[in-house]
Order: sequence, then C-alpha cells, then structure tokens
Amino acid sequence: MGIFDFLRAKPKATANIAKERLRIIVAQERSHRGAPDYLPLLRRELLEVIRKYVNVDFDAVKVDLVKDGEHEVLDISVALPETRPSENP
Amino acid sequence: MAEIIVVTSGKGGVGKTTTSASLAMGLARLGKRVAVIDFDVGLRNLDLIMGCERRVVYDFVNVIHGEATLKQALIRDKRFENLAVLAASQTRDKDALTKEGVEKVLKDLDADGFDIILCDSPAGIEKGAFLAMYFADRAVVVVNPEVSSVRDSDRILGLLSSKTRKAEQGGRVQEYLLLTRYNPKRVESGEMMSIADVEEVLGIKTIGVIPESPDVLSASNKGEPVILDEASIAGQAYGDAVARLMGEDRPMRFIQVEKKGLLQKLFGG
Repeated sequence: MGIFDFLRAKPKATANIAKERLRIIVAQERSHRGAPDYLPLLRRELLEVIRKYVNVDFDAVKVDLVKDGEHEVLDISVALPETRPSENP
Repeated sequence: MAEIIVVTSGKGGVGKTTTSASLAMGLARLGKRVAVIDFDVGLRNLDLIMGCERRVVYDFVNVIHGEATLKQALIRDKRFENLAVLAASQTRDKDALTKEGVEKVLKDLDADGFDIILCDSPAGIEKGAFLAMYFADRAVVVVNPEVSSVRDSDRILGLLSSKTRKAEQGGRVQEYLLLTRYNPKRVESGEMMSIADVEEVLGIKTIGVIPESPDVLSASNKGEPVILDEASIAGQAYGDAVARLMGEDRPMRFIQVEKKGLLQKLFGG
C-alpha cells in the first residue's frame, strides 16, 4: 500500500448500472424467447421489400408473435415516415 | 429413481467443474451414492479437479459406444468409495454423445443403485450442454456477479424451461442459483452486484454463495475439491450449499465484510 493511495480515485460504484442494463436486456430477450427462429429473417426480408417502395428506417418494421386466446397471431407493424406536404397534396 | 442434477451456466470459466466436484464430494460425504459425469467432450477436466486424472482408462463415450462397460469406466474415489467419476472423452467428435446413449448410461447408473447423478455441463448452448441438462430433475446454475455471466445464465434458464424432458412433459426443472467469486467488500462499495441484484434479474432462488477465495485455486492445484478444505470459507460455503440441496435450511455465510479488530488492523491478518 503506497502512501499516496488516498489520492487515487476510488473505483466507481457501477453495480447498479450493471443491474439496470441487465434488467432491460434480460426482459427484452425473454420476450423473444420461444418465438420461432425465422422471425429475425422474416423481419429483414419484409424490410427489404418495403424499402423498395418506401424509404423507411431500419427499425420501422416490428414483427412479434402474440398470443390471442387459443391462437397465435403474427403481429407486423410498419411505421411509415412522415410525409411531406409537397408529396401528398 | 436416482435424482439427476445438472450443473450448468452458459458462460465458461465461472466455476461449473469446481462446483460439480465439490457438490459431488459433499453429497458423498453425507453418505449418498453419487456418480458425477463430465459432459465436456473434447475438453475433459473434471478428472483433474477430482484428482483422478491418472486413473482414467475408459470414458463416457467408450461406454455409449459399447467399447467398455459402465463398471470399467467408473472411477471410484479414493476418499469416498460411494462416489464415482465418469470422465469425458478427449475425442474431437462433437456428435459422440447421443440422447439415447446418455439416457442408457443414466438408467444403468440408476440400476447400479446410485442415489444422485451429477451432470457437469460444458459451457455454451451446444449439444453437450443440451444433453447434460435434458434428463435433469434439478439444475444448479453457476453465476458470477458480472454482466455476461448473468445474461448467459438467463439463456440457460430459458433452455431449462423448454428443451428438457421435464419441460416437454409439461413439468419443470427445479432451478437454483449458485453465485461464485462473490466479493462482499466490492459488493459493499457498490462495485459488484449483490445476491439480491442477481436474484432480482434472474428471478430464481439462491442455493449457495461461494466467496472469492485463493483456496479454490490451491484446491484445484492439488486435485482435492475445495469442499474438503474445512478451514476454507469457500469450502464451508460449498458445504452449506450441499446441505441446502438436501433440503436443510441454512443462513448464508461469508456474505458480509468481516469487521477487523484493532489488533488485526495493527498487525494485519
């Protein structure tokens, strides 16, 4: 132990950051758990098709499998960009 | 029916084999007839930690392929004759293990009168890890209080609740959290996640907390599972975890910072 140790900054209390980040990512990963493996690919291909016609963002397409009573519903939503007045008279 | 317990984690290097060795030894010390199987095909290590590496003649894959009998392949522990080790094969063939083969070995161990079969899982989520957990009744998920280990163990919890025989039959594998390399001093200063933090993220019950200790390395150096080191706090903590696995209710120890007395402060120690 050196005599100038007291000058050195204490290690930061980062445990709560770790916990918060884990809470978010674990919740997100759990929500996709049990979903078919093809969902990410389906999402990417849909995005490619849509982008042929509309210039949407990469995160504009959301694909989720939702349970509705007995049925499973493939819930696809596409957020379109705000249309400028000139394009839409 | 013998009880099957898998020791798993997802991430490598968190202490699965150390834990398997100590739990097996601790359960045998209580008089249980225990078989511990190394599922890490290609990277055999349980034999080294248990101190029987020079007595491996036949391995798990030899038994599955019918090249040796189970009796020939089981290595009786020198310290407890009611404890046997089944070493992993060093083959590079990842398909050496099959579901049917594993099931047969487990059935034969049960027929031989073993009470508990511990499955030491390899890291990752490949075939070896899948087969180690598939037939389990209970699972000990080994976690370090660190982000990547916690996230990976949540993946493993997902697999335990969907890709096991219990899950396929509509039941569930009883899961426990076992925290290793826990450093109470760093938890107190807010540098390391606490037991409560990890429990909250993963949502499962803790069966043991093993404090970070130099005794773990020296135990593996010697090939004597750390649980046999009665003077070691890590060894005692594993002893507590074994008792809890057997249904005993014990308070967690070694999870607070030790308060040093004045003499200790002056003279160190």
